[in-house]
Amino acid sequence: MLEVDVRHDFPGFQLAAQFEAPGGVTALFGRSGAGKTSIVRAVAGLLEADRACVRIGETVLEDTEARKRLSIPARRIGYVFQEPRLFPHMSVRANLTYSKATDQIDQVVEMLGIGDLLERRPAGLSGGEAQRVAIGRALLSNPRLLLLDEPLAALDDARKAEILPYLERLRDEADVPILYVSHSVSEIARLATTVVALKAGQVVRVGPAAEVLSDPDVAPVIGIRDAGALLSARVVRHHDDGLSELVCSGGTLWLPAVGATVGTDVRVRVEAQDVMLAQTRPAGISALNILPATVLAIREGEGPGVMVQLAAGQDRLLARVTRRSANAMGLADGWSGFAVVKSVAVASGNVSGAV
Amino acid sequence: MMDWLGPEEWQAVALSLRVAIVATVASLPLGIAVAWVLARKRFPGHALLNGLVHLPLVLPPVVTGYLLLIAFGPQAPLGAALEAMRLGVAFRWTGAALAAAIMAFPLMVRAIRLSLEAVDPGLEEAAASLGASRLRVFGTITLPLMAPGILTGAVLAFAKAMGEFGATITFVSNIPGQTRTVPSAIYAFLQMPGGEASAWRLVIVSIVIAMGALLASELLARRVLARIGGRDA
Repeated sequence: MLEVDVRHDFPGFQLAAQFEAPGGVTALFGRSGAGKTSIVRAVAGLLEADRACVRIGETVLEDTEARKRLSIPARRIGYVFQEPRLFPHMSVRANLTYSKATDQIDQVVEMLGIGDLLERRPAGLSGGEAQRVAIGRALLSNPRLLLLDEPLAALDDARKAEILPYLERLRDEADVPILYVSHSVSEIARLATTVVALKAGQVVRVGPAAEVLSDPDVAPVIGIRDAGALLSARVVRHHDDGLSELVCSGGTLWLPAVGATVGTDVRVRVEAQDVMLAQTRPAGISALNILPATVLAIREGEGPGVMVQLAAGQDRLLARVTRRSANAMGLADGWSGFAVVKSVAVASGNVSGAV
Repeated sequence: MMDWLGPEEWQAVALSLRVAIVATVASLPLGIAVAWVLARKRFPGHALLNGLVHLPLVLPPVVTGYLLLIAFGPQAPLGAALEAMRLGVAFRWTGAALAAAIMAFPLMVRAIRLSLEAVDPGLEEAAASLGASRLRVFGTITLPLMAPGILTGAVLAFAKAMGEFGATITFVSNIPGQTRTVPSAIYAFLQMPGGEASAWRLVIVSIVIAMGALLASELLARRVLARIGGRDA
């Protein structure tokens, strides 16, 4: 259990964020300037906030009311910064063992795939390698909490794709709660257990990832082009024509070859702009995924579009349609119809292991 | 070299080396501390401290020497107290070392401060978050990364101390065997009829020592840089 309450006045910016998270990966999400990094720095003790209360389980790291404040080293927070911040005058091995908290580095080295780098110097590493070493170094300090502050932001897409699976392993194998800062909704969709949506220093919404990401009120924070819901699904069969068959609570999904074995639970991110709505079950249409759905909420934006939240079985979907279509179809709370998703619209990066 | 240099000349060279080495080594810890305070701390009086440190660089050396004489002379309270403890510096080689250290201090602090400002505070944050105490962060991260600047500062200070003349001769005079360093000796030989040969030999020695110090520091700096900036060896 992680409890954070941070208030701080910056010149021209007020941070007042409070949230609780159950463990696993808690993602702090928001545009740049929303206050994500300030929160993380306050948790680590690097920012002395005007008022702060930070607890991890039973341990109070800081409580300004009670005049209690642990020093940075005493907090035992593993902080992975945007840049790797490896010590340039030490080998990778010396970086990993700097904290002296443990010399059992084999397991971490194996998990992060950095065994071949141990005797090298940081200056000779690629960005992705250096960031993996930084994650390992933080992990080996035996932290109470791991802070990952946009660890992928400085990397190109190929390096991101290289590291994401390691972060998923970290979430699933290392028994450490993680506070993950990002402005990339696809990273969060893959990794987060809990999402804290932030806007201008305030918490807009906290909750399980699937709930927050499918909330039409959060969509403006995410950006309407990036908004999209998470579906839980199970891989049923890989077909010869390159499609995978999955079941979710609302029906069957056909997706381009999913990289998970049959029987695995996965989460699938479906972007709102890829979802069409139909009053009757469409026939003679190329889209393969047609799920019965009921409207739960409609949110009008400033532009020509509206964001529609739907229930498809137990799962939630978001659809972005024009206001004109919404009026023509008489969309309203309780409307029943069908959600249509093109298979190819769901890229492999949008399918990830279940949390 | 013992044969080539006369006993008086040799005496001056040995004394200069002793004065310069003691001045450099003894002021190095203080130089690092002052550089750290100037680079990392903001406080009222910051500009004053900075000015004070740099003052000997811009004051006429004679003025610095005279102020030292006023403070540490046998008649001054501080000087008298030190004399009583047998720690008096006036007209002794230790006084020459003190004068040299003060004159060299701005150069030393400047070089160290520059290198300290180049150390990424982010690395120190990272070390602290890994559980390192302030002392350990300084010893294992800050100090090794500023080593090239410390080296440069020490070499500059050594060279300056070797060549210091004005403040030294004003403060501790020009006593053979006690305070007659190489520059003072060259000056004295040039005042003496027939002293040019001795002066020349000391000029050559000065050049050799200065070049040697520069070359040694260059070599060391390369090794240190290779170690800290290091790509794979």
